[in-house]
Amino acid sequence: MRDVYVLGVGMIKFGRYPDKDVSQMGAEAGVLALKDAGASIKDVELLVCGNLFQASAMNAQKILQQIGQTGIPALNVANACATGSTAFREAYIGVASGMYDVSMAVGVEQMGKMGLLGGGARSGGESVEGVLGSGLMPAVFGQAGVEHMRKHGTTAEHFAKISVKNHKHSVHNPLSQYQVEVSLNDVMNARMVAYPNTLYMCCPTGDGAAAAILMSEDKMKQFTSKPVKVATSVLTSDPYTDRDLTMPDVNTLTQNAAKEAYEKAGIGPQDLSLVELHDCFATAELLHYENLGLCAEGEAGRMIDEGRTELGGDIPVNVSGGLLSKGHPLGATGIANIYEIVTQLRGRGGARQVEGAKAGLAHVIGLGSACTIHILTA
Amino acid sequence: MANTQRAIAPMLRLPAAPDERPYLVGYQCPDCDATYIGGNRVGCSKCTYIGDLPEVQLSDHGTLYVYSIVHQSAPGIPVPYVSAIVDLPEGVSVRCNLVDIEPDPQKIEFGMPVDMVTRKVRERKEKNADGDEQTIDIIAFFFKPRKN
Repeated sequence: MRDVYVLGVGMIKFGRYPDKDVSQMGAEAGVLALKDAGASIKDVELLVCGNLFQASAMNAQKILQQIGQTGIPALNVANACATGSTAFREAYIGVASGMYDVSMAVGVEQMGKMGLLGGGARSGGESVEGVLGSGLMPAVFGQAGVEHMRKHGTTAEHFAKISVKNHKHSVHNPLSQYQVEVSLNDVMNARMVAYPNTLYMCCPTGDGAAAAILMSEDKMKQFTSKPVKVATSVLTSDPYTDRDLTMPDVNTLTQNAAKEAYEKAGIGPQDLSLVELHDCFATAELLHYENLGLCAEGEAGRMIDEGRTELGGDIPVNVSGGLLSKGHPLGATGIANIYEIVTQLRGRGGARQVEGAKAGLAHVIGLGSACTIHILTA
Repeated sequence: MANTQRAIAPMLRLPAAPDERPYLVGYQCPDCDATYIGGNRVGCSKCTYIGDLPEVQLSDHGTLYVYSIVHQSAPGIPVPYVSAIVDLPEGVSVRCNLVDIEPDPQKIEFGMPVDMVTRKVRERKEKNADGDEQTIDIIAFFFKPRKN
C-alpha cells in the first residue's frame, strides 16, 4: 500500500434543504472539494458516494450526471452512520492500492425532520417498540451512558457538560447547523428525551454534504493545494461480546479500531492535536474518551470536569461543534469530520483553530455496528 | 369463551396447558454454551460453530443491568417508561420494559432482582379459517422488581 493525501475538502452548511435533492447537494460539496484541490472532475478516476436513506438511488452516478459524465467507476456505499467515512475509506483504498491516482469521496444525506431513528422493531407484524423496551437511538445511547454511570459513578451532569462544550465550540463554525451557546442549566433543564440525554444532548437530523479529493504522492506534486496525509484508515465491526446483540456494544469495536489505528499510524493518543468523534448523543462522547485512549478507563468524567477536551485544553474534542451542533446527516457526517481535521491541520480553523495542529483523529460509529477511524497528519 | 392468546414475539412461549407457565426461549451453542435470544440462527457468532442451536427454556427471573427512561417516543407509545436490559442466569440478556416501578433514577437500583410477568398489551381482530371474526389477545412479557 502506498501513501495517500487529501488535496481538497468541501462541505455545505448542514441544515434543512427541502428544495434541493441528494445528488445536487453531493455535487455541490464535490465541486467545492475539487475547487479546493485545484483539480477538475476530469482528474478524478474513482468516485465513491456514501448515502444511507437513498442507497438504491445511484447517487454517485447522479453526481457525475450533474458535474461531468466522464465514465469513471462510480460506486455507492451504505454503512449506517459510518456511511460517509466508509466511502472515504473506499476512495482511500482505491489510491493506496495503486489502482487509481485520484479519487473523490462524497457523503450526502437528506433527512429533513426525520425524528427518532433506529430499530422501532417489529416482530411478525407486531410492533414491540415501547413494549419490549426501546430500540430507538436515544434509549440505546441512554443505556450506554447509564452503563458508564453504573461502572464508574459518572453523573448526568458529566454528560451534560459535553453538550455545553460542543455548543460553545459551534459558534465559531459557520457550517454548523446550530451555532448557539447553551449553559449547563439550559442543558440539564431541557426536555428529557431518554435519560440521561436531554434535548440538547441529542444531535439533530438534517441535510448536508461533504466531499474530499484523495491523491497519490506522485500525482499530488502536480497540484499546489496544501496536502494532508492519511496516516491510517481503519474499519471494524462489532466483535462478539456478552450483551452486544441485546444492547449494542459501542465500546469494544471503537477500542479495537483505536488500537489498530495507533499501531498502524505509529501515532499514539498523546500525539494527537485534536479529535473529531461521534457524539451522536452526549453520552457517546464521554464513553469514547476512554475507548480512544484519550484517558484511562473510568477517568472520562474527570476529563470533562477538568476541561481537557475544550478548545485550549490538552486534547480538544469536536471543535467543529460536534454532531450535537453541526448536525448529523448520516452519509455526510464521516466526511464532515475529515473536513474539520483537514481544515485544522492546514491552519484554517479561524476562531476555532487548534494552535499548531499536527495530527488529528476522525472517529465514526454506525450502529449495527461499524466503526471507522482515520488519523491524518499535516 | 376466552379470546385466543398470541405472544408478541417468538422469544415468548405461552402456556399450552393450564398448569404451564409462560417462558422465554433461548438457543444455546452445543460447543461453547453461548446463548442467544431470537431464532433463525445459522450458527454461533461467539465460537463460529455452524449447525443447529438447541432450544433452552430461560429463567423467569434475572437482575437489572442498565436502563434508560424514555420520555419521547413514536406517536401512540405511552411515556415515560423504563427500557431495561435484564441479565438472565443463563448468561444471556434481554431487553424489556421494567414495570411496577417509578420511572425515576432514584428508585431504580443496578443489580436489583427482577421477575418476569406477562400481560395483554393489545387486541387484534382476525378472521379464522371458517371466515368468522375472532379477537386475539397479544401478550407481552415484562420484568418487575422482586417483592421480598
